[in-house]
Amino acid sequence: MLKGKQSWVFQNRPVIAATGVSGGPFEANGRLAEDFDILHDDLWMGQDSYEKAHRVLIEEACQSALKKENILKEDIHFFIAGDLINQITPTSLSARTNQIPYFGIFGACSTSMEGLALSSFIINNKGAKYILTGASSHYASVEKQFRYPTEYGGQKPPTAQWTITGAGVAIIKENSGSQNLPVTTSATIGKVVDMGLTDPFNMGGAMAPAAADTITAHFKDMQVDPSYYDLIVTGDLGKIGHSTTYELLTNAGLRIDKGKFQDCGLMIFKEDQPVNAGGSGAGCSSTVLYGHLLNQMKQGAYKRILVVATGALLSPLTFQQNETIPCIAHAVSIEMNN
Amino acid sequence: MGKDKKNLTPEQQKYQVLQQKHEIKRPIIKNCIRAFWVGGLICTVGQAITYFYIYFFNFTEQTAGNPTVATMVFLSMLLTGFGIYDHLAQFGGAGTAVPVTGFGNAVISAAIEHRTEGFVLGVGGNMFKLAGSVILFGVFSAFVVALIKTILIQWGVL
Repeated sequence: MLKGKQSWVFQNRPVIAATGVSGGPFEANGRLAEDFDILHDDLWMGQDSYEKAHRVLIEEACQSALKKENILKEDIHFFIAGDLINQITPTSLSARTNQIPYFGIFGACSTSMEGLALSSFIINNKGAKYILTGASSHYASVEKQFRYPTEYGGQKPPTAQWTITGAGVAIIKENSGSQNLPVTTSATIGKVVDMGLTDPFNMGGAMAPAAADTITAHFKDMQVDPSYYDLIVTGDLGKIGHSTTYELLTNAGLRIDKGKFQDCGLMIFKEDQPVNAGGSGAGCSSTVLYGHLLNQMKQGAYKRILVVATGALLSPLTFQQNETIPCIAHAVSIEMNN
Repeated sequence: MGKDKKNLTPEQQKYQVLQQKHEIKRPIIKNCIRAFWVGGLICTVGQAITYFYIYFFNFTEQTAGNPTVATMVFLSMLLTGFGIYDHLAQFGGAGTAVPVTGFGNAVISAAIEHRTEGFVLGVGGNMFKLAGSVILFGVFSAFVVALIKTILIQWGVL
């Protein structure tokens, strides 16, 4: 149901039934390693290319979610997912493997919440009983496409971020009542915001206005106060983007407790890992939400959270042609059922 | 950032000022000092190799340059292949990019990266993706300089 200008309310409270999260070696050494279902100790994952390894990550995450929910892939109605590689081929090839009717989506690093919002909307309106949704990224294949070869010795500035190797997927289903599981209650779809930034090594700074725009729109549409949530978490803004967004929100008159405003890109790695401004990538928000944050919710740490995944919608081509970086953010509100 | 400030709307300009406050700046002085030491170290190794060729083989100070460059590029390729050079470069910055080892790294890293796309279209087609412009503009500038020199000699200036 539409509420306000750009938000949906899911009155039937679709359930996030089960999740599957896979990750790579850097994540295995990170702070949230325990929240991953599958961890690989090298980037190749037994494949002969990084793109194939990327596909394996998605397939494993899907299998893990299906196994936990104890459901066959034939019973899933739709698969809504995406990644960062050209024409989202890793996701499409994994959809070839799982043979579930498939929507391939691209929202750069906001893909996770784009997928969750769409899935929740479809489930809420009885368009399906089970939907598998998620997003993923692979460090080496993303670097290859957007930046320099992995082994190239280019010095990264302190504003650069580290692409996460990981896939996070979730099974969304109809709410049958009693179970105490996380449910999605509303979503706000962002518009493209471009503040004229051009530095691809400072994505956080470019994405911050999009995050602030969507968060402000969410509270306006839903007519609630930020204190409604126990945690507002952004996708992959990193150090610069996160503090910039906080200032933008404060300037816009939204008072958020600093401890309740976090960023997935700042949660996933340890302080001593050489990731500069933090983690990024489509797999960042999906692995942290579907792994760590939902686990925390089930343990009772949070009752209501707002997840705001941000994406920079640039390509190497637009950058070389001197286009500025267009950015977007989507927000989904997740609450415990009881 | 802010290549063409004139085309920005007032709102964009205002945001960029705000964003600048949060942006972590490159530690330029620290980077320069590191580049000085790392670059200097690479050149010292190069000098040692030059002496090696002069003392142990039949090279002179003029002719030892070519085998030295080849050896340095070879070492850089080994370091790239074993995944060490990019870590060295993150520390050393321009110190690893400017010497000839940086050129070797640019070529071999692209070759490794595109190996999965095959030898012809992958390795062959992409090997000079980064180093290609160095070769092109290097050769072109050499041509222009040689042209100027020739003209000056013809005029009797040199």
